[in-house]
Amino acid sequence: MSLLTSEQPEEAVSATPHQVKDRRTSTVPGWMWGAAGIIFAVALWWVFTHSARGNTMLTAFAPENIPSAFAALIGRGVLLSDIGVSLWRLLAGLAIAVLVGIPLGLLIGFSQAANQFSAPLVQFLRMVSPLSWAPIAVALFGVGSSPVIFLVAMAAIWPITLNTVSGVRALDQQHLQVAQTLGATPSEVLRTVVVPSIKPYVLAGIRLALGIAWVIIVPAEMLGVSSGLGYEILNARDRLAYDEMLAVILVIGALGMVLDWAAQKVLR
Amino acid sequence: MNTPALTIANAFKTYPGASEPTLHDVSLDLNPGEAFVILGHTGSGKSTLLRAVAGLEELDSGSVHVAPGTRHAVVFQQAALFPWLTVRENIALGAQYKKNAGRVDAPTVNRLIERLGLQGLEDRKVNEISGGQAQRVSIGRALAIQPSLLLLDEPFSALDPATRSELQGWLRSLIEELDLTVLMVSHDISEALTVGDRIGFFRAQQGFTQFWSPAHEQVTHEEILEYYRNDGDSDRATFSGSLRDESAKDLSDKPAHSPTF
Repeated sequence: MSLLTSEQPEEAVSATPHQVKDRRTSTVPGWMWGAAGIIFAVALWWVFTHSARGNTMLTAFAPENIPSAFAALIGRGVLLSDIGVSLWRLLAGLAIAVLVGIPLGLLIGFSQAANQFSAPLVQFLRMVSPLSWAPIAVALFGVGSSPVIFLVAMAAIWPITLNTVSGVRALDQQHLQVAQTLGATPSEVLRTVVVPSIKPYVLAGIRLALGIAWVIIVPAEMLGVSSGLGYEILNARDRLAYDEMLAVILVIGALGMVLDWAAQKVLR
Repeated sequence: MNTPALTIANAFKTYPGASEPTLHDVSLDLNPGEAFVILGHTGSGKSTLLRAVAGLEELDSGSVHVAPGTRHAVVFQQAALFPWLTVRENIALGAQYKKNAGRVDAPTVNRLIERLGLQGLEDRKVNEISGGQAQRVSIGRALAIQPSLLLLDEPFSALDPATRSELQGWLRSLIEELDLTVLMVSHDISEALTVGDRIGFFRAQQGFTQFWSPAHEQVTHEEILEYYRNDGDSDRATFSGSLRDESAKDLSDKPAHSPTF
């Protein structure tokens, strides 16, 4: 027997990784588990809405009513326009939060004085529910999209700011020194070291902010506006069209999932 | 005698809160084309001196003077590569800075990649290469701006002994090939003997307390080790405070230059 070869059978050598793989992976694709979860939830929904016979309110929410509710919403021409308006308000609020939050985060992250100056203010403001500002927003901006955008921005700004601060604090000092010793000017250091270093933190902050903003925009649109998905829920309730109300809620959830998926793809 | 590539004169530095100075009246002349290695215990101030030369540390008093037109680059203990860039982009990093305009071009980077033995790795992300390869990239990044003075702060200390030994020989041949002026900090005697034309032993508060020229003296690893053990108080300790009077006469005729690739 050579010292450089083994008499161990090849099968025995190769069996170990396969065994490990078999234990860790399933033959059922992941998406099928997800589909099964949705089917299970719809079944539960159906059972729940049919469990109390004679309760017309509950049966109005039954899953079989949803297709006709969607058809009614589309037929009235409100669904797509409401989606468009809500998305526009969301993006406008997010854009304001990005434009304010990133520079604010850079300032707080780099300047000890700014950090100490702003720490109590930031802690105070981020603990106030964005919806608490709703009456003030309406008083300041009147009715319409402006107060909604303001509330979205108020909700979205903190994750972006605080993640930017975290990114700055996680900067590798040696990266800064490398750039400095290669002759980089402060603006070149910002462009070639700071921006790429903090980018994952900022993008994670924006993704987080997007989720929060999407949650906030629905109640925000229930205040003094006449369009948007939040408004459409109230409108359906007022018309006692509970199936349409549920259809809008489904749209909100589905759009939230799509936005989160898109954000993960785009904001990498 | 040519103008020194680097002159450190009466450098003093005490860190805030420290009771003793880290640098105490340190002076050194480094001649063009010379590789000088500073040996010393951890905390003796050798890295502080190198960082002061690199412009990363302010001296309390004293001066660091580099010859006109001298361009320096630094290689740190950790490779400190940019993880969002490829190997090639890391080497070419200096091209992004106006100060190096026209100096870091594609042919230069290609020649460096070849000389550094990094062919085939150019397009890899830096987390896909070994520690030794990463330190080569770090050296390449410094050399790409074609410095006339290369500052090395224990560049191989984070590597395993075999890789360290290999890179020490590789660095020495690179220094000779490119005729680089080098100031290197180390606590590895073998490294100092391999890389350095001159070696200085550095003690906090006393500056350089000994020096050797390995190429021209039969100085051995054991002799230097003995000196270490005695913390600089051996019989050879004939030198204190400055190396300026004894600065490598046999190397002083080399012209100031910038390496080209």
